[in-house]
Parts: sequence; structure tokens; C-alpha cells
Amino acid sequence: MSSLSDFELSRRGMMVGTAIATTIPSLADAASPASIAETHTASVSFEVNGEPRQLELDARTTLLDALREHLHLTGTKKGCDHGQCGACTVIVDGRRINSCLTLAVMHEGAKVTTIEGLGAPGHLHPMQAAFVKHDGYQCGYCTPGQICSAVAVLDEIKAGIPSHVTADLMGAIEPTNMEMRERMSGNICRCGAYSNIAEAMAEVAGERA
Amino acid sequence: MRPFTYERATSAGDAAARVARTPGAKFIAGGTNLLDLMKIEVETPAHLIDVNGLGLDRIEPTAEGGLRIGALVRNTDLAADKRVRRDYALLSRALVAGASGQLRNKATTAGNLLQRTRCPYFYDTNQPCNKRQPGSGCAAIGGYSRPLGVIGVSEACIATHPSDMAIAMRALDALVETVRADGSIRTIPIVDLHTLPGTTPHIETTLGKGEFITAVTLPRPIDGTHIYHKVRDRASYAFALVSVGAIVRKDGGGRIAIGGIAPKPWRVEAAEAEMPRGAKAVASRLLAGATPTRENAFKLTLVERTLDAVLAQARA
Ligand SMILES: Cc1cc2nc3c(=O)[nH]c(=O)nc-3n(C[C@H](O)[C@H](O)[C@H](O)COP(=O)(O)OP(=O)(O)OC[C@H]3O[C@@H](n4cnc5c(N)ncnc54)[C@H](O)[C@@H]3O)c2cc1C
Ligand code: SF4
Ligand code: FES
Ligand code: FES
Repeated sequence: MSSLSDFELSRRGMMVGTAIATTIPSLADAASPASIAETHTASVSFEVNGEPRQLELDARTTLLDALREHLHLTGTKKGCDHGQCGACTVIVDGRRINSCLTLAVMHEGAKVTTIEGLGAPGHLHPMQAAFVKHDGYQCGYCTPGQICSAVAVLDEIKAGIPSHVTADLMGAIEPTNMEMRERMSGNICRCGAYSNIAEAMAEVAGERA
Repeated sequence: MRPFTYERATSAGDAAARVARTPGAKFIAGGTNLLDLMKIEVETPAHLIDVNGLGLDRIEPTAEGGLRIGALVRNTDLAADKRVRRDYALLSRALVAGASGQLRNKATTAGNLLQRTRCPYFYDTNQPCNKRQPGSGCAAIGGYSRPLGVIGVSEACIATHPSDMAIAMRALDALVETVRADGSIRTIPIVDLHTLPGTTPHIETTLGKGEFITAVTLPRPIDGTHIYHKVRDRASYAFALVSVGAIVRKDGGGRIAIGGIAPKPWRVEAAEAEMPRGAKAVASRLLAGATPTRENAFKLTLVERTLDAVLAQARA
């Protein structure tokens, strides 16, 4: 146990200090030959928030870790790391996904949008502004994922993608409170800001309609 | 997660051959199930072949009047396809009842069919589990078995298959098209894709080593009211305790497949003959021979009541 926590400690220190996460696998797997680190890496080029990025990564690196640890875009959060909470939600090629359950190297040529790419202080995305106005958060940890999800949800409704609560599969889909709640169920908020999030979304949906 | 090497597949046949001849190799599609399991080292592939670039992401009409769904079509796109919404509403409904919007955007048709059980002990590498580690025992029997199976199970394993989509596919009699490592192709009726655990719960399908799913074909649409009714512990983003996928004709007959209770989509054609006589008659045929645990015996009642609700909805 103690050696494990020592390792965890040094690992943490390293990650805070530099973008050295690529070397961690060879530390963690001390028994493996040095060449393994070579064969277990892969390169990927994609666009993040409009900027072309090229990374040489341990193939195990999730898109979430690539964004946070390699590109230092720490707006995207890691909650569960297992697809259960939605904190890591980003928009890839126009679709929201859980960045924790996908490998960065699987996104060659993709266009990734994170919370930083949606807007920033001074030029907020309408959804960001609406979250501020309606108090759509308390601690804020789930918020980047909530906002990325919320933006994509309104697009999904517009595109006619049905949900579990859509009454008529062939009819037009309205951005009702029920639709938004159902579609946002993949984003958990420990602080329970749900009703304010739904209000923020309703405001943006209304403006756009 | 254990280290692995990674490559992008160039063709379906090549991917099949490579997985067959590379020790510890696996396909990765959406990755939403495989990566989840790799993080806890329940899955430990040494090599991953990424099949996302193979262009198997189209839905096309077949000469027989059905639809051919590419293996890499995302769950969202399948649920939203106009032909599926119109002619196979059961499939759309089952898909949108599963997982979350984010997950459905990644999850693929083949990956969904091949997702592994959600038995909590399968996920806990400190516990015995015959499926994860053949011969180690089953922690669920005599343990927390509330979410687990009541029929088709064995003394070695009582896990369920967790897919919602597969329930609809089974009711629709879908066909699974594959390419094998030697390049030959075959078609597997969905009823024959998943196997029962018996004494070998680690074997879950009839697919051979390296056998790659290229598409799933739906036969001509079937007339009737399409209903998918999923009962779960919360209203969204939870696996089924029990689910009923049904197509009910005007004369009261039709098809029924049940989820949440068995190691594969549970359909008993003889039980469908009882549909005009009501839920009780159907349930007793469907569940004949069930071996629930004390914790999950409630599922027998829940199946009957859910069936009753579905048949009432179809009549309304
Ligand atoms: C939090 C959470 C909640 C969920 N809730 C639900 C739910 O309520 N209902 C539900 O049905 N599902 C649910 N899921 C599961 C989800 O539907 C599956 O993870 C998803 O469908 C798997 O598809 P994928 O493409 O990501 O598969 P992958 O993870 O890429 O692959 C799964 C398996 O299939 C194999 N494979 C993939 N493609 C092929 C192919 N073409 N040929 C041969 N083998 C192949 C892979 O090697 C792997 O073994 C949930 C998942 C999570 C994480
Ligand atoms: S029910 Fe099956 S999957 Fe669950 S612990 Fe037993 S053997 Fe493992
Ligand atoms: S961190 Fe990805 S879903 Fe929780
Ligand atoms: S604002 Fe705290 S978790 Fe959502």
C-alpha cells in the first residue's frame, strides 16, 4: 500500500510540474523493455477549438487526458472516467461525446470543441451567458460538460433526433422542458442545479426559435 | 490500463485476419464498453484495431424491402433514421431508451450487440467470476443478484445481456453479417448470435476468432403497433430491470422479446401465440423454467405487469 501511495504522490507531482504524462506508462510498467514505449505510442492530428494540433501519445491516452494533460485545456473535467457522469463532455465533429471513453488516437482529422472553444469571458457563448444568468451551477465542476451538452442538445432537437420522451417519432420535436431533461440525463450535477440548467437552456432555445 | 499497440484497419477482411493472427488483439469501434473495461483491466487487449475508418456507417435499403445497417452506424443515427422511425419504430424506441445522448453518439450497432454484462462482480476484479475468470466461481449467486438474470442462466453464471437495442433486433428477426478471418462471409440470425452460459459463461457469442461484424440486416417491416417499454430504477440513463419490446397486430397477435432477465434477448415464439389471451398467459409460457434468486424473483411479476401495460397500450 505505502509503495503505491508513494508512486501516486510522485506521479501527481510530475503531472502538475510538466506535460510529462507520456512518460508515465514506462514508469508504471518498469519491467517492460524500453522499446515498448515506442511501439505503444501513436500520433494523431486534429483540430481543437479551431487550432491544428499534433500529438505523439501513448495509445492509452483518452481524448480527455489529451485535452487536459497534453494541451492544458483544463476546462473539460474528469468526474468518473467511466462514461457515467458527463463532466468530460466535449463536442467532436458537431456531436457531444464522453471524452473519457474514447482514445485520442481514434480522432485523426476530427474537429474538437471544448468549453474554452465555445466562448470566454468577454465573448461568452449564449449558453454560457444563460448559465451565468440563471445560476445553472453551484460548485461548477460539472458545468463545462453541462454547457457542451446543452449546446449539442439544442442542435439535436433541431436536427429531429428523437429522444425517449418524444411522443411522435415522425413529428417535429419541440425543445420542451421534458425533452431537455431527458436529453441532459447523461450529465450528473452533484449540486443539483438541474432546474436552473433547464431554464438556461429554455432561454437559449427560445431565442433561437 | 495495460499498454497496447494500436493500428487503424484498412478493410474488414484485413481486420478480421489481423485480429485472428495477433495474440490478444481486439477490434475497437465506439470504445464505450471496451475502454470502460480496459480501465479496470477486465479487458486487457495487447493490440487494438480501430475499425472506425472502414466506411461501414451507411443504412441502405435491401432488395427484399428491408434495411441493411452498417456495423459502424452510431446508435444516434440509427434511432434518427427516417426509415427506421417510420418502419421499425421499436428499434428507434429501444435505442433512445439506452445509455445517454453522449454515449449513443459514439456507440455502434455491432459494439452495442457485443457489449458485455453489467453484473457488478464482473466489474470487480477482487471477486470470483466465471465469466471474467473461468473456474473462479460466481459471486453473484448468493450475493447481490437483484439486477441479474432469471432464465436461461446456469449454475456457473446468472448474468444478463444488457443491450436495449438487441431486444428490438431480436423481435425484428435481424440478421448479422460477418466476415471471417479466412475472408469468407456468413449471415447469422440474431437468435443464434448470443449463447447461453451453461458451463462456459466466458463464451458469449457464436463468432469465431477474428470474426468481424460488417452489418445487421432487418427483414421487411412488420405491421403492428411498435412498443418498447423499459422499467428501471430511475427514469433515464439506467439499465433495464425488465424491458419489453413488442409488435402487436390489430388481431392481438404479434411478437415479444424481453430484456433484463436473461443472458440474451429472451423470445419464445410459442408464448407469442398466447398474446390474444393476455399478459398472464404469455408470461407463463415465456418464463417457464425460470430459476430466479430470492433477490430477483420480483422480475417474474414485473415481466407480467410490463407485458400487461404494453398490451393495454397497443389496444388503446
Ligand atoms: C454509463 C453507461 C450507461 C449505459 N447504459 C446503457 C443502456 O441503458 N442500455 C444499453 O443498451 N446500453 C447501455 N450502455 C452500453 C452502450 O450501449 C455500449 O457501451 C455501446 O453500445 C457499445 O458500443 P461501442 O461501439 O462503443 O463498442 P466497443 O466498446 O467499441 O466494443 C464492444 C465490443 O464489441 C467488439 N466489436 C466492436 N465492433 C465490432 C465488429 N464490427 N465486429 C466484431 N466485434 C466488434 C469490440 O471488440 C468489443 O469487444 C451504457 C454504457 C455506459 C458506459
Ligand atoms: S453472474 Fe456471471 S458475470 Fe456475474 S459474477 Fe457470476 S459468473 Fe460473473
Ligand atoms: S468523466 Fe467522462 S463521463 Fe464521467
Ligand atoms: S454545479 Fe456542482 S456538480 Fe454541478
